[in-house]
Amino acid sequence: MTSNTMEAAATSAVRSRRDAPPRPGGGARLVRRRQRWGWLFVAPFAVVFAIFLVLPLGYAFGMSLFTSTLATGTEFTGLANYAKAFTDPLFLEGMLRVLAYAVVMIPAQLLVALVAALVLDTLATRVSKLSRLLIFVPYAIPVVIGALMWSFLYSPRFGPAATIFSMVGLDAPNFLAADSIFGSLVNIVTWQWAGYYMIVIYAALRSIDPTIYEAARIDGANGWQTATRIKLPMISSSMVMVITFALIGTLQFFTEPVVLRSVAQGAIDAAYTPNMYAFSLAFSYSQFNYASAIAFSLGALVFAGSTVFLFLTRKQSGLK
Amino acid sequence: MSSTTSTRATAPTDLTVATGVPAHQPRRGDGRGRSGGRRIGSHVFLIILAIYFITPLWWLIVAATKSNSGLFTGTGGPLWFDDQFAFFDNIAGLFTHQGGVYWRWFANSFLYAFAGGAGATILAILAGYGFAKYRFRGRGPFFTIVLASVMVPLTALVIPTFMLLSQMGLINTPWAVILPSLLNPFGVYLMRVYAQDAVPDELLEAARIDGAGELRTFAQVALPLLKPAIVTVLLLSVVGTWNNFFLPLAVLTDPELLPVTLGLNRWTALSNAGAGGEQVWNLITTGSFISIIPLILSFLFLQRYWQGGLAIGSVK
Repeated sequence: MTSNTMEAAATSAVRSRRDAPPRPGGGARLVRRRQRWGWLFVAPFAVVFAIFLVLPLGYAFGMSLFTSTLATGTEFTGLANYAKAFTDPLFLEGMLRVLAYAVVMIPAQLLVALVAALVLDTLATRVSKLSRLLIFVPYAIPVVIGALMWSFLYSPRFGPAATIFSMVGLDAPNFLAADSIFGSLVNIVTWQWAGYYMIVIYAALRSIDPTIYEAARIDGANGWQTATRIKLPMISSSMVMVITFALIGTLQFFTEPVVLRSVAQGAIDAAYTPNMYAFSLAFSYSQFNYASAIAFSLGALVFAGSTVFLFLTRKQSGLK
Repeated sequence: MSSTTSTRATAPTDLTVATGVPAHQPRRGDGRGRSGGRRIGSHVFLIILAIYFITPLWWLIVAATKSNSGLFTGTGGPLWFDDQFAFFDNIAGLFTHQGGVYWRWFANSFLYAFAGGAGATILAILAGYGFAKYRFRGRGPFFTIVLASVMVPLTALVIPTFMLLSQMGLINTPWAVILPSLLNPFGVYLMRVYAQDAVPDELLEAARIDGAGELRTFAQVALPLLKPAIVTVLLLSVVGTWNNFFLPLAVLTDPELLPVTLGLNRWTALSNAGAGGEQVWNLITTGSFISIIPLILSFLFLQRYWQGGLAIGSVK
């Protein structure tokens, strides 16, 4: 493993070089020319960033400060739309609902992904390689198609549920009823994303220096101890990243409930999630100002939520 | 594999991951012999998981070969083939139903995903390299903003983006999907983290001393070293665009312009609404099956790149 340490030394040499001030021999003009090249490389992205991120956010915030009615036209109403949003039962219910989804869905996805990755990490057989690929496959299926497939699978008319449940002598539940739609959606999202998270976690596990395991084994650690006391702490930055993405995704829940809505009409309404509510306000009721306030509030809450999470886990995520 | 490994001789340890999760590492052999029982348990666990994850896809493959009535009253049940093999009839149906609009959707998906995804990747490569290898004024603050923007939910941008695009007169044009898809801050982040280590400063200095300009140094020295990250970011951006539902739903109403995902969703909604002549379940299943083939194939063929690439940025 000397090559590893050599590489590490080389990296740190590169590091210190990078962080050192520009060498005096280079000359100020050269440095300035380099500076310009740096900006040139970043510029195309910066333009897109300004037009499609900064501008829409600013525009949405601006829009949200106005109210337009047929009687009075458009007038400046300050934060009135926000006051309305945070007392709007439809918005608040939607927020609570996505929070409930986050509380159930993220641990479900993570547990499947983590256990699968830990098991895969101890095996290197053909079965394990094939399983790894099969578990990942749903991620390669577009979310809309995945949700469509599950809407068929859940369907009492042509889904296999009835067949499968009758094999064990049970009646299939109605997956699309109001009281079971929550679990049905959790299942779809877990099915779609657990494999992706598994690969991220697995790749992080593979990057752990194997000599550590050897040391642990000599110290008498068993498989469970190795997993919980060595592997888990060492991949904590990946876990933080995965949880952050899952959190951002869950709070914006949109595609799956929209797709399932046409088969589960009664169970999913137009304001099921805040995103769906904003969409229907804007495109069904043309309330663009209020929709902007909802979208902006949701964006701010997601941003705040993920930032707080990253702050709380800053030791693990390496963002100090 | 050896050719790819050799180019990375100078790269730090975590890049061995990026070469595609080397399954041939001669490690952990010792743990296996002792725990034969656990290995069987592990395998059973993996197989059960794999069955759960693959069954819906199996169902889709089977369903794609059935006629409309076969889907409801087939002889083999939902998880097995029907007596009547209607796959080719269904494909023919895709060519005739509504004037073959399905293939138009299919082409649209390719256009959007590749124009948006490839564009986003090019921007990410340039910006990531710029951030990693040049020191310029404002670099730190701008990169912090980019990093923070990863947490801005993109769907919060859809409604304002719609309003901006409509002012620019771009609603109901392909640009309305392609241009916003060029934004991929996470790709920039991945590319920077990767370029930082995979492109040694010494190599760039050497190229400059040899008289190569900045562009040539980038194209001939840096670019080849960035390959795994490029494949990963390209795949993630293409999948992101191909998957995007909210944006096209907001900015496209012309049926001719829809990507295949939205088109199929529209057929499903119509079929569920029970509209008389619109019950095209067989076309929906066959169309869905055909539409997922390109992405699945790209993941299969580019496996060794993205599997490791996904770990970039999370390892440290």
